[in-house]
Amino acid sequence: MTVAFAFEVGLAALLVAIAAWAIAVRNAFTAVVVFVVYGLLLAIVWVTLSAIDLALTEAAIGSGLTGALLLGAAARLRPTETPSTAECPSAILRLAAALLSATVAAALAAGVLFLPDPTPTLAPAAAANAAATGLGNPITNVLMAFRAMDTMLEKVVLLLALVGAWSIASDRLSGERSDPRRQADPDGVLAFFARLLPPVGIVVGIYILWVGADHPGGAFQAGTILAAMWLLVLMAGLTVAPPMSCRWLRLILVAGPVVFLVVGLGGLWMGAAFLAYPPAFAKPLILAIEVAMTLTIAVTLGLLAGAPEREW
Amino acid sequence: MNLVLNILTVCAVSAGAFFFMAGTIGLLRFPDALTRLHALTKADNLGLGLIILGVLLRVAEPLIALKLVSVWLLVQLSGAIVTQLIAGVVRQRGLNA
Repeated sequence: MTVAFAFEVGLAALLVAIAAWAIAVRNAFTAVVVFVVYGLLLAIVWVTLSAIDLALTEAAIGSGLTGALLLGAAARLRPTETPSTAECPSAILRLAAALLSATVAAALAAGVLFLPDPTPTLAPAAAANAAATGLGNPITNVLMAFRAMDTMLEKVVLLLALVGAWSIASDRLSGERSDPRRQADPDGVLAFFARLLPPVGIVVGIYILWVGADHPGGAFQAGTILAAMWLLVLMAGLTVAPPMSCRWLRLILVAGPVVFLVVGLGGLWMGAAFLAYPPAFAKPLILAIEVAMTLTIAVTLGLLAGAPEREW
Repeated sequence: MNLVLNILTVCAVSAGAFFFMAGTIGLLRFPDALTRLHALTKADNLGLGLIILGVLLRVAEPLIALKLVSVWLLVQLSGAIVTQLIAGVVRQRGLNA
């Protein structure tokens, strides 16, 4: 048994144990913290599998941003927590939930264990056509060219999620948010951090977007980093989130899908197909879409996660 | 020359791993929140610093070396800030448990 194999087995066992802990623990705050740890461990698993793009996404979105979102939710649910843990669902309900979970787990396990050998894959086809776009990162190639339709719809879904969140938000959020709890100490540690880190974080975000063409990275990871910087400034109380009615905010929110659609329709007009890039301009067009998408993702995620309550 | 570099790397990374272990033991064994935070920051600062020092000796490109040092500095910065924030909450609420 080599050291690498022992490390992988240990990592997998730890991951399962942490997942079980996140489910079993009764306290919402602890569950969220365990979930964040789970996400970071999962990112390490992706690194060991050489899936750096996935590792970046998991760490940034699965663990970081979702963690911030869930922490905010846990803080708001705190008053209702004690009564909700006191009540116990009926035995039939618990049995049904256990059965359903076991069935899903068994189906997933069967799906993985009974994969045909060799596993059907489009990876060689994607690698063989990599030269068509001039991008060196096969993941970006798949996301932005071969399966560009999926990526575009994903952005639309993200926008719909924000519209959904806005439509059930309380009216006070439609104006300027001036929550007294966010009036943090302007000379405090958090405010200092929120002044120091964003310049570095913005450079890192743009770098991640830029290297996404040839190395792991891309619009989603870059957008998440930019969103995190924005959230940090919001949490420190150095600025307030713009109101929903703000014109520039709405323009940025639709920029990603709109640029994607325009380029897609341009492909149709040029006579090829929807979302077909003219070979000579493939890379600049993809870059333009990615820049617009990064802005949209950053603003959407920042608004979705909101500044979590600072009541800890 | 290569042998010397190898020895230095192994020493630095082992020392870094030792500090991480010491920090973890401190986190588990120390009596209250403030001392546990103290143990944790030592692991971040010294442990990660030594591991990065060890890895730096193996790096040929200056850009990668710069990235490694930036990672260390950023972890140190965020570690110090988060520690301050947690310690502030502990002090405010008087839950020194």
